[in-house]
Amino acid sequence: MNPDWLTPELISILIAIGKAVVILLAVVLFAAYLSFIERRLLALWQDRHGPNRVGPFGIFQLIADMIKMFFKEDWTPPFADKLTFLLAPVIAMSALLIAFAIVPVTPTWVVADLDIGILFFFALAGLAVYAVMFAGWSSNNKYSLLGGLRSAAQTVSYEVFMGISLMGVVAQAGSFNLGDIVEAQADLWFIVPQFFGFLTFALAGVAVAHRSPFDLPEAEQELAAGYHTEYSGLKWGMFFVGEYVGVVLISALLVTLFLGGWQGPLLPPVVWFVLKTLFFVMLFILLRGALPRPRYDQIMAVGWKVCLPLTLINLLVTGAVLLAGSGPVGS
Amino acid sequence: MELAFYSSAAVAILATLRVVTTGNPVHGLLYLIVSLLAVAMIFFALGAPFAGALEVIVYAGAILVLFVFVVMMLNLGPELARQERQWLRPAQWVGPGVLSAALLAVLLWFLFGAGTGALVGQGTVGPKQVGIALFGPYLLVVELASLLLLAALVAAYHLGRREDRR
Repeated sequence: MNPDWLTPELISILIAIGKAVVILLAVVLFAAYLSFIERRLLALWQDRHGPNRVGPFGIFQLIADMIKMFFKEDWTPPFADKLTFLLAPVIAMSALLIAFAIVPVTPTWVVADLDIGILFFFALAGLAVYAVMFAGWSSNNKYSLLGGLRSAAQTVSYEVFMGISLMGVVAQAGSFNLGDIVEAQADLWFIVPQFFGFLTFALAGVAVAHRSPFDLPEAEQELAAGYHTEYSGLKWGMFFVGEYVGVVLISALLVTLFLGGWQGPLLPPVVWFVLKTLFFVMLFILLRGALPRPRYDQIMAVGWKVCLPLTLINLLVTGAVLLAGSGPVGS
Repeated sequence: MELAFYSSAAVAILATLRVVTTGNPVHGLLYLIVSLLAVAMIFFALGAPFAGALEVIVYAGAILVLFVFVVMMLNLGPELARQERQWLRPAQWVGPGVLSAALLAVLLWFLFGAGTGALVGQGTVGPKQVGIALFGPYLLVVELASLLLLAALVAAYHLGRREDRR
């Protein structure tokens, strides 16, 4: 060890990078593994076996699937628009993965402690939409295009109320910073005073991750595989992992914003965070197994006529209560 | 910070040039998204993260989604790209180009002549200061803007109403 170049700043930078890499790997690996967990859990709830052949309880199924995916022909259709066709899966996987940087896993363990925290997530969720739209357009395929159009229509209807649904939380915590928001929930989790905010954000979150029942862009009964019909091999795998990254991200955000994040008695913070996140991931999967898929005009109607007024009223009431109590509570 | 400012400014200018010169409308929109992201980076470099985030959310994330939506529906093919290239002859762009260059010269003259602007990366304007400024000294402007938007909303509703439902 040479003390000349090994300054304390360098060590702290290296530790920060190490923490960020650990979070990145944990999220990506867990997201990939979710494909197996989802199939097993769905099978359990539907009274089937699911994939249980590869290794004990089928835990090596993912490796088999990955080998299959790597050896598939990575085909770019000649009629596709090359630039956007290649760009779409990259956006799909990276956008929501980058958004994970703002989630505080423990009091000291967060990749990017941004003052604009939640806005950063909104920005990346807004950009993630292009993955579906560009994939749908560039494939030059009717089904893909319909998937992309549905995605655009869906986005316009949920993004507005998603933004407003979290403003109650921001007003109560007095900050956009996710760390501050977790600290503000020391006495009472925000799911109690912000219950409608929680409901509407959970709805919008399912739509952000394109999960059933809001998986209209890839409704396989009507649209083949929707926007990723023309994708195969690793490019398709990036869409696939991107969807699960979305599930993990939305679960982690729901935990951070409404269930007190890493806070909890006895157990260390990281354990509480992981446990709560796993609970929401499980709910995501259960939702897929339990609910039918609505038509997309129904989704738009619910978004504009129910959720938007609900979030606006929620924000108004929150503001009024805060003004009456004068000053932000819990901070 | 200055390096970040100049590099994102260069990206913004190049991407915007490509928006104008490219023949394929979807590629043009893609360049426009890149340009808006670069402008957001400029805001971040200048110490205005709130404005930068709003730039991405509102422009890149919402308005351009609608643009892409419409262009996707039009199903524009290669012949349109050829048509675009035909329109982009010197006779078409020399006039506007000269006028824009004159405006640019005036702008540069002011920037270098006055030189009273804040330096790059001096201080940070957080969400709280923006909110206080909007609902303090600029309250009247905010209310006027909201009235304008309400009028636009009513007009859009009127235009989109179906006559046969009466």
